[in-house]
Amino acid sequence: MTMRGRVWKYGDNVDTDAIIPARYLNTSSSEELARHCMEDIDANFALQVKSGDIVVAGANFGCGSSREHAPVALKAAGVECVIASSFARIFYRNAINIGLPILECSEASEHVEANQELEVELGEGIIRNLSSGRVFRAAAFPSFMLAIIEAGGLVEYTRQRLHNSLTDHE
Amino acid sequence: MTKFLSRKESVDLASGYPMTMAEKIILAHTERDLIAAGDLVDVNVDLVLANDITAPLAIREFARIGVERVFDPDRIVLVPDHFAPNKDIKAAEQCKLMREFARQQGISNYFEVGRAGIEHVLLPELGLVLPGDLVIGADSHTCTYGALGAFATGMGSTDIAVAMATGKIWLKVPETIRFNYHGKRRSWVGGKDLILHTIGLIGVEGARYKAMEFAGPVVADLPIDDRFTMANMAIEAGGKAGIFHVDAATLEYIEGRSARTYRSYTSDPEANYVRTIEIDISELEPQVAFPHLPSNVRPLREVGKVPIDQAVIGSCTNGRWSDLKQAAEIMRGQQVHAEVRCIIIPGTQSIYLRAAKEGLLAIFVEAGAVVSPPSCGPCLGGYMGVLAAGERCISTTNRNFVGRMGHPESKVYLSNPAVAAASAVLGRIGGPKELNVNPEYS
Repeated sequence: MTMRGRVWKYGDNVDTDAIIPARYLNTSSSEELARHCMEDIDANFALQVKSGDIVVAGANFGCGSSREHAPVALKAAGVECVIASSFARIFYRNAINIGLPILECSEASEHVEANQELEVELGEGIIRNLSSGRVFRAAAFPSFMLAIIEAGGLVEYTRQRLHNSLTDHE
Repeated sequence: MTKFLSRKESVDLASGYPMTMAEKIILAHTERDLIAAGDLVDVNVDLVLANDITAPLAIREFARIGVERVFDPDRIVLVPDHFAPNKDIKAAEQCKLMREFARQQGISNYFEVGRAGIEHVLLPELGLVLPGDLVIGADSHTCTYGALGAFATGMGSTDIAVAMATGKIWLKVPETIRFNYHGKRRSWVGGKDLILHTIGLIGVEGARYKAMEFAGPVVADLPIDDRFTMANMAIEAGGKAGIFHVDAATLEYIEGRSARTYRSYTSDPEANYVRTIEIDISELEPQVAFPHLPSNVRPLREVGKVPIDQAVIGSCTNGRWSDLKQAAEIMRGQQVHAEVRCIIIPGTQSIYLRAAKEGLLAIFVEAGAVVSPPSCGPCLGGYMGVLAAGERCISTTNRNFVGRMGHPESKVYLSNPAVAAASAVLGRIGGPKELNVNPEYS
């Protein structure tokens, strides 16, 4: 799976209140959430983000609340992949569960700048900075999580498992 | 006696090697004989929780899984608390969706407005969480229940949907950091100050993915409400769980709240901690976290002159009986400063009722504070005290991120209830000593 997109760059500790302010959590509509994504820290984001763009951030991305609305908003806004030097654990789970690709890579976080163009090979964990020519390698997913990603998310993965266990009993 | 079938009885015998209590609780909920930190395991969960914000998404995902019924209608808890009593039409629709799902699935632990409260205050109060339980909730502050010796952690809505369908979820067994607190607590220093100080020490990702085990002589004397406050904010250091050993205070708290059997787990002396941190609190003053991170703490004496527009006393962090009691001690016979709005939010209906019967509500109202029904309300900028641009609020809640309680240019300062109450009177951030109030209990 290869992705290519323009970079939106943020710092450390981008919390879920920043990704989607709680005042908009009175809806589960992904389109509506996308319209307010990053609103309090970057008013331009929701207006200018394009399908296929990539978010690159520092440490502890997605800290704070457990709201799955955060990765949902990013994905619905068109973000194809989030790269950060580290992720808060609930956000990490949520992103994988809803099928938003995420990669942990401190080097990329350090050396990639806003508006640069990246090419990401998810399976290999390879990040190419097409603007600077540098190549980075992200931490590989545990095989267990890769299985969830390959199934298309946790719901699909669970459907398959439930189906298999039913057919096993027959 | 009812018993949750999700749990094995023979963890200590099966293992034969030293483990932390977090590891033991997780092992007890697996089919395995051994586990170690870092393992990815499937666990059977005792209780699955969601609220009016996270349940609607979970219910939508549940419908996609392809099962008709939840795994056990008695082990799912749904609480409308974030935007309930309904703050607007959209919130009303979300609450309605959750209510209808609860009815349709026969979920016994759905708690309607008027019989409910803030989930993390309510569940322990009702005896729904006991020592040794493994609880997951679609709310990051689910870690609160670690105060009772349970392993409890927050997840997202899709995880909760899968757990509602199967009674199982995958977990990475966390490493444990042990915090040993020593010394004697000074007056007006409570669990909130201990945890703010700790987060200041290790940072907002200092315990990322890890269990925080709170121990040491200070903890032995720490009232259960203060333990809830500490476990509650483990997530603010990135922690997966905040956990306390079961002792006399725990047993006294759970007494009479549940007929269910439970099991206490103890960390082995040789258990493998990734880090042990010794913290002497003898000199610790009340702590204030400045905008915009909970780790940005200063002792009260170094706060300087910070005028405030609002003071909030409540939330899953500090909306319990002893929190209100402390605030009332300070506000008795005082007046909220003319330029301050003071909002008091009892955590549950039973705390509200007790506050009414024991005269606390009268103290608050006479002081010029407003008392809200139980709700998360302003903590996450929902309603009932949202901030305008440039306003400052001292709050006993748990997060002070940009825009957390309203306008992105507003500022939130986190403190214990005594400091918040004193600040409400002073009109700026300050402590009870400035009002010459002596603590009833140290």
